[in-house]
Amino acid sequence: MAMLELHDVHSYYGSIHALRGISLHVNEGEIVTMIGSNGAGKSTTIRTISGLLHPGKGEVLLNGERIDQMAPHQIVARGVCQSPEGRWIFPRLTVLENLEMGAFIRNDHAEIKQDMERVFELFPRLSERLQQKGGTLSGGEQQMLAIGRALMGRPHLLLLDEPSMGLAPVLVEAIFETIQSINKQGTTILLVEQNALMALYVAHRGYVLQTGEIVLEGLAKDLEENETVRKAYLGEE
Amino acid sequence: MSSTDIILQQLLNGLTIGSYLAMIALGYTMVYGIIELINFAHGDVFTAGFLISLTLFEWFGAGGKTLTGFRLVWMFTLVLILTMLACGIINVIVDRIAYKPLRKAPRLAPLITAVAASFALENIYANWKGPSQIFYPDYFPRVDILHNWLHLNTTVLFTTQDALLIGLTIPMMLGLRLFIQRTKLGKAMRATAQNAAAASIMGIDVERVIMTTFFIGGALAGAAGMAFGNFLHTGRYLMGFDAGLFAFTAAVLGGIGNITGAVLGGFLIGFLKVFSDQWIGGQWTRAFIFTILILVLVFRPQGLVGEDEAEKA
Ligand SMILES: Nc1ncnc2c1ncn2[C@@H]1O[C@H](COP(=O)(O)OP(=O)(O)OP(=O)(O)O)[C@@H](O)[C@H]1O
Ligand SMILES: [Mg+2]
Repeated sequence: MAMLELHDVHSYYGSIHALRGISLHVNEGEIVTMIGSNGAGKSTTIRTISGLLHPGKGEVLLNGERIDQMAPHQIVARGVCQSPEGRWIFPRLTVLENLEMGAFIRNDHAEIKQDMERVFELFPRLSERLQQKGGTLSGGEQQMLAIGRALMGRPHLLLLDEPSMGLAPVLVEAIFETIQSINKQGTTILLVEQNALMALYVAHRGYVLQTGEIVLEGLAKDLEENETVRKAYLGEE
Repeated sequence: MSSTDIILQQLLNGLTIGSYLAMIALGYTMVYGIIELINFAHGDVFTAGFLISLTLFEWFGAGGKTLTGFRLVWMFTLVLILTMLACGIINVIVDRIAYKPLRKAPRLAPLITAVAASFALENIYANWKGPSQIFYPDYFPRVDILHNWLHLNTTVLFTTQDALLIGLTIPMMLGLRLFIQRTKLGKAMRATAQNAAAASIMGIDVERVIMTTFFIGGALAGAAGMAFGNFLHTGRYLMGFDAGLFAFTAAVLGGIGNITGAVLGGFLIGFLKVFSDQWIGGQWTRAFIFTILILVLVFRPQGLVGEDEAEKA
């Protein structure tokens, strides 16, 4: 049984039919990436998994349990955390408080402290800005905070929606290294990326989305070599 | 009275009036902060605090006489706690019935049900206690502090009942501030106010936070209603409309959604009201205060201490 399974999921924004029958799965221990151009439905898929959006049709299963009609906080309680598109930093909470909110569902104070140290190791920049308000951070710092905050929940499954967005090239590489190391420490990851090259490089498997449908799927290294993918998403002529 | 005495007296009056307005204003601003709704029924929860505490004193056999000694301590504390609980629950019920089903509806809908909830509560009170003025006895002892205790030679009057009002409301406001700044639930309330969807993906149960907010706002309004009864001794089923209007103005003046702003706004309105009553004339007070409200909204819509939009984003 896969950790996460979507079966023929249809999601809507009012009358807009954004997901048109998505089926995918993520196995425990994997990094799975979703790539696709603007408006393909990548973020909508993430929102549907996390309960911010309820599918009109289809099923979302987490470890075999249906979660598609649950409220977001119930899904977090089952070990799914995310760094959302747009980062959603609490602008008038300090960096420290933002990280504390990431650990909201936990009560193991000593281990929360340890995890925070681990976040500071990954992103030393954050530890220098602990008392600064989230809204005053630079875009890149906010991105680090969003990822760090998601890690504070000690997720079994981590959803990352464009974690490299707005980062300087050096940092992009660092972020992808971080993603790999988080995964090696036991966290399963569903990664949405515009930067398909990097995403396919770190992922085990991938799905290609187009206008709300999955048009290709397979091992990351096969997708990397796929003609269509190379043309459409890796910028080759 | 000398003019310094008049000024001193009015400052004290402004402080007492401001303290209960600030308590009510907090409820407006907290609820607005979280769900962007003006809870028009909030002033009526203040009325509930007045009526329920009065009824509880009667139940416990206070019998219209001033309480003393240990009886004063236990009865007053118990009535205060029960009143706050009851008013907190009333506010939660109002949310459950009138607002929660409309959480995703256009903003106008819960605004209309808010007005309806207010009318409903007022008419329940009118049927329960009758439409005329209700007398609230001196359950809390009334001593002229400056003359009888401090033996000061002044015409300024400051009684134990004024002190009660201030002594009850200010620590509660400080307590609220500590709760919101320091506790996990308090931080979750701030997080939810800033971005409810983001709060939900932190694992925060947003509906529970909303319920807590209504409860705390209601409990504070209830305490204010009780303190008001022991301070001014008269009220009626419609008293919450008036108090609510001034408190709402205070919240807007301070910057709606901003807790510090609501408290400052409350005291500011308190001072403006006594200033106007004394030096302009009581009949002008409303015209004066609501003109100020309009000017603030036109020239500084974010309120006196509200963040500007850029900072909010
Ligand atoms: N809040 C919304 N209301 C209405 N339509 C929306 C909303 N969010 C997304 N959509 C629409 O749903 C479709 C899928 O959008 P989605 O955000 O999932 O795309 P995406 O693959 O994440 O794109 P991007 O790479 O630009 O982030 C698009 O057509 C988009 O216009
Ligand atoms: Mg997106």
